Amino acid sequence: MNEHRFTLWQHSRIPEDLQTVTVCTGTGCLASGATEVIDAFRTVLEEYGFKVLESLSELHENHDSTHTKFLKKSGCQGLCAMGPLVSVWPSGIFYVHVKAADARRIIEQTVLKGKLVSDLLYTDPIRKEKHIHTREIPFYRGQKRQVLAASGNLDPNSIEDYIASGGYQALRQVYSDMDPTSLCRLISDAGLRGRGGAGFSTGKKWELARLRESGKKYVICNADEGDPGAFMDRSIIEGNPHAVIEGMMIAAYAISADEGYIYVRAEYPLAVQRMRRAIADAESAGILGDHALGSNNAFHIRVVEGAGAFVCGEETALMASIEGKRGMPRLKPPYPAERGLFGKPTVINNVETLVTVPLIIRLGVQEYRKGGSANSPGTKIFALTGHVINTGLIEVPMNTTLRQVILDIGGGVSDDQGRFWEDGFKAVQIGGPSGACLTKEHFDLPLDFDSLQGIGAMVGSGGMVVMNKNTCMVSIAAYFMQFTQNESCGKCTFCRIGTKRMLEILVRIRKGEGVPEDLQKLEELAGQIIASSLCGLGKTAPNPVLSTLRYFRDEYEAHIVEKRCPAGVCQALVSYGIDPQACTGCTLCARNCPVDAISGSPKQAHRIDPGICISCGACYKVCKFNAVLRS
Amino acid sequence: MNGTLDAIAAKYKDKSGSAIPVLQEIQKAEGYINPESLRYISDKTGIPLAELWGIATFYSMFHLKARGRHVIRVCKGTACHVSGAENLASAIRKHLDLTEEKITSDDGLFTIEEVACLGCCSLAPVMMIDDTIYGKLTFRKALSVLDKYKTAENT
Repeated sequence: MNEHRFTLWQHSRIPEDLQTVTVCTGTGCLASGATEVIDAFRTVLEEYGFKVLESLSELHENHDSTHTKFLKKSGCQGLCAMGPLVSVWPSGIFYVHVKAADARRIIEQTVLKGKLVSDLLYTDPIRKEKHIHTREIPFYRGQKRQVLAASGNLDPNSIEDYIASGGYQALRQVYSDMDPTSLCRLISDAGLRGRGGAGFSTGKKWELARLRESGKKYVICNADEGDPGAFMDRSIIEGNPHAVIEGMMIAAYAISADEGYIYVRAEYPLAVQRMRRAIADAESAGILGDHALGSNNAFHIRVVEGAGAFVCGEETALMASIEGKRGMPRLKPPYPAERGLFGKPTVINNVETLVTVPLIIRLGVQEYRKGGSANSPGTKIFALTGHVINTGLIEVPMNTTLRQVILDIGGGVSDDQGRFWEDGFKAVQIGGPSGACLTKEHFDLPLDFDSLQGIGAMVGSGGMVVMNKNTCMVSIAAYFMQFTQNESCGKCTFCRIGTKRMLEILVRIRKGEGVPEDLQKLEELAGQIIASSLCGLGKTAPNPVLSTLRYFRDEYEAHIVEKRCPAGVCQALVSYGIDPQACTGCTLCARNCPVDAISGSPKQAHRIDPGICISCGACYKVCKFNAVLRS
Repeated sequence: MNGTLDAIAAKYKDKSGSAIPVLQEIQKAEGYINPESLRYISDKTGIPLAELWGIATFYSMFHLKARGRHVIRVCKGTACHVSGAENLASAIRKHLDLTEEKITSDDGLFTIEEVACLGCCSLAPVMMIDDTIYGKLTFRKALSVLDKYKTAENT
């Protein structure tokens, strides 16, 4: 541990007068072209004769602010739908949808002259107002970004940046001022509950493992984020990997563990890469190792890539997978704190839980508990997606309501083309395959562990998918059942076969072959699966079906009795044709048909070949003359 | 090929809990996991064939059939699902003359898979070809991306 270098890094700052262009390099922005945007900024700045610095370490050499600019790559900034995101500092001017070709205008207008490039500013989709800074945008204004804040400001590949912003200070404080007993008590007092879904007290979990006598203990970070519609763990690791390390090291100190594993999904290649880099940097800085941070505590971390099985998100299955076996859950107790990885006491926490730990140490219990409700203090990160204007990663106090999240932060419901649809709300799905579909009647319910559990839903890992009125709820139920059926590990009969039977019934209903008794059968099977499955996957698998049956029973009945899909989604129940009187022969439908099922000459009425048509509805959505008929 | 398999067998002989790395190495060497190779490795290492087979069929990372040069992963996450991923997958299959059973194209260029969630829900619907993510797809956009790969292959 090089104390001198650590101190130097702690005091690294980008000088006030050094202009900085920050580009978001979260997965969303990268997929929208952030790499090309960064290259373009570098090229244009160099063309203007500026020296371009891209890391804090280059700052230590003397620089001259008039001839130098800083180009910073940050982690996820949250507003993924509007990426690539760029901000110019110190003014903090915020641009959205930036393309490589826009780099020159931003440099010439904003960096050199201090003027705005107004067409790149965020425009409120409803009120059409333009906003200059993130703090004015309703998406950010409604949030409390304390866990995510660092991710949007830091360069995830720079340990120096993390330390400069106060990183590893919480660990240092824990090492010097606390013993494991008081640390466990502090986390219990803060009321931190596991963010992976179940909401178990983190402090209690640590205390159980701390009390076990064993020469070997483990800390595992569960980053096997398999829930469809959830990407908070991915963004945290990609945006702030050192916070994960710091959280794990604090947990390790609490239970006296010297070895840790991070189990990441292999589908997240960037997260794996950034995590490995962060671990290597922390090792060479002497933060991880036999004398962690210069102390007598040893801690080493290994990254394990998941092999693609959703059930491995369940803690006992995850440990079996690390041990090189089929990832199948086992009976609890014994809990991992008693007999965990390789039979040793183990603490296993989710990513979001672990990165909250250093924050609690820094803020103190009282300050941390100010957000959220008494039984669910603090904030929760949600992945807000689906038919909503502002999709992205959000962080809100745990007593925030659905109304605030969807209407204020999310900016309202959107139609299939992404335009604001004032009256378009149908449902919101929370908690992934274990969760439920909620409706307008739940709009004022606080989003905390207990109130969601009270209505048969759960926070889950935090996926929140908004659905508009064009969504078929039977199809959603079938979708989730297909998922759990695929992912059932096969150990428990009711989960293995019961989910298959439920899926068969749902598929039949979607084809228009359902019978009225099916609904009762679905409910019976659901009850049996819940009662007879070992792990959370099976116990919660029927939730999406039960909640849609409860709130959207009429839609099931329409499929069964009238052989009709009210939303026009189920392919077997809809067919499309063209009204030759209304068709102007504009060719728009033919150009949008993915399977070339539409034929006709320009200015002549077109026709759809039912043999080729896949009933996707693309023509129906694009036709401007209402000439495509759905029946 | 047996030389490579022998090397893998020698590396992991008598090491417990090594079935996953063994399978990973076989797949790396051969592109997929051939049941014949499993039998061979089992004989050489003493890891029961049932254990190897059990693990190879449990995790979706392991493939039991040869795959195309480019792997298309159509995301079937919830956000993609409500944005029409089902139709997108149908359109891609139809375009490449594939079905739900036949997942690799005759020219060996593409294999299509559906994946639970790629975690890019804000860009739904999404597909990933090899390690590159393509978001906010329309049918046309998706098909033109595929055609680019085809053209690149033919030039």
